[in-house]
Amino acid sequence: MRSIGVIDYGMGNLHSLAKALERVAPDQRVVVSYDAEELLDCDRLVLPGVGGVRECMKELNRLELAQLVVEASKKVPMLGICLGMQVMLEFSEENGGVPALGLFPGEVVRFPDPPAEGADRLKVPHMGWNRVKQAKPHPVWEGIPDESWFYFVHSYYARPKNPAHVLGSAEYTQVFAAAVARENLVAFQFHPEKSQLLGLRLLSNFVNWNP
Amino acid sequence: MLAKRIVPCLDIDRGRVVKGVKFEDVQDAGDPVEVARRYDAQGADELVFLDITASSDDRPTLFATVEAVAREIYIPLTVGGGVRSCADVKCLLAAGADKVSINTAAVQNPDFVREAGDRYGVQCIVVAIDAKRVSKKKEPPRWEVFTHGGRKATGLDAVDWAAKMVQYGAGELLVTSMDRDGTKEGYDVELLAAINRRVNVPVIASGGVGNLEHLYQGLAEGHADAALAASIFHHGTYTVGEAKSYLAQRGVRVRQ
Repeated sequence: MRSIGVIDYGMGNLHSLAKALERVAPDQRVVVSYDAEELLDCDRLVLPGVGGVRECMKELNRLELAQLVVEASKKVPMLGICLGMQVMLEFSEENGGVPALGLFPGEVVRFPDPPAEGADRLKVPHMGWNRVKQAKPHPVWEGIPDESWFYFVHSYYARPKNPAHVLGSAEYTQVFAAAVARENLVAFQFHPEKSQLLGLRLLSNFVNWNP
Repeated sequence: MLAKRIVPCLDIDRGRVVKGVKFEDVQDAGDPVEVARRYDAQGADELVFLDITASSDDRPTLFATVEAVAREIYIPLTVGGGVRSCADVKCLLAAGADKVSINTAAVQNPDFVREAGDRYGVQCIVVAIDAKRVSKKKEPPRWEVFTHGGRKATGLDAVDWAAKMVQYGAGELLVTSMDRDGTKEGYDVELLAAINRRVNVPVIASGGVGNLEHLYQGLAEGHADAALAASIFHHGTYTVGEAKSYLAQRGVRVRQ
């Protein structure tokens, strides 16, 4: 039986992600684990994440999962979600500046603070449903109309150096990378597991993707 | 650009959805999974579950309900009612809630909000504020925070309290007008606008929706980021889809 490994480094709620994966991949085993060996046996990996980047990188390093992610990124299809996407860049300015995994050249920066005045000023975090414009074709976009709505919750966003890595963008105070991809890696700033049917479709596309 | 959110709210009592006016005349309104599925299909952007079970012995029932809904519904789910400790937060998140709403416990111990935000991330901590207008007719408006379902005055100014809770790490505020709750006269738009001016986190408007114009007022005039409503959806007066079509026509950006 093929298997999907969800990397559990102890931060946040993996319940809905695991349930969503089980739903779109009834013929695959979903393994939620922090055990590097168990995860290395999986056919594909998902790196989720909520919370702060310093704690996240600390736990990934402590559990020897950072090394696993870098290794596996050369071998199996891998999906980063939210903070899981952000740690795939080289550096995040959150928590005073934290070096990250460097799978995509570039950095993670904070949305500008809202102005003091203005009733409809843009608040931080960027929380809610926003449209994602597809930057280029990719198997994960299959069956998903351009500019579909997805659910976001974040205060920082990725700035990949290589424009060819941008898979989709959204607009909040400015246009930013909502999805990145290269070779067997794909990552979303939004939460497909919270984005209703199109989110499930995206996960389904990922679990059936064979780069 | 970001859409304004429409958020149906379900009162939960011992594992069932109930409806009633101001906690009186409570009637059974169905199975939470069925009701949640219906709103999800209608295009709800998020769901709020409010546990109104009086006894804390029934917590396992709530966790089971949350788990059953989270297994079926892939939109964000906020759960509130009787959240008193980090253990409660942890259990609800583990059951599948995406956010928890803290009300009375925040007033009793503001540090709890900070602790929960530090531990689980501020994005999953919603502070619920029940506010009652206490200014006289010709005075500038002023609201006081009430707890215990609106029965207990705290002496706290609602707008100052909102700002303080954001400092303590609230990722979002759920603002209910106790004067309007259950009246169908519309949100207290002035209260929403006053809090929106003071805080930089999203505000969910609550209390008083009787028609679609009220949703518009809360979002466009109160500048709320999300509009919560219960009875107009429960009684089938409007579907979530109808509410969104109406708002889109009025120029409000919604997910359709």
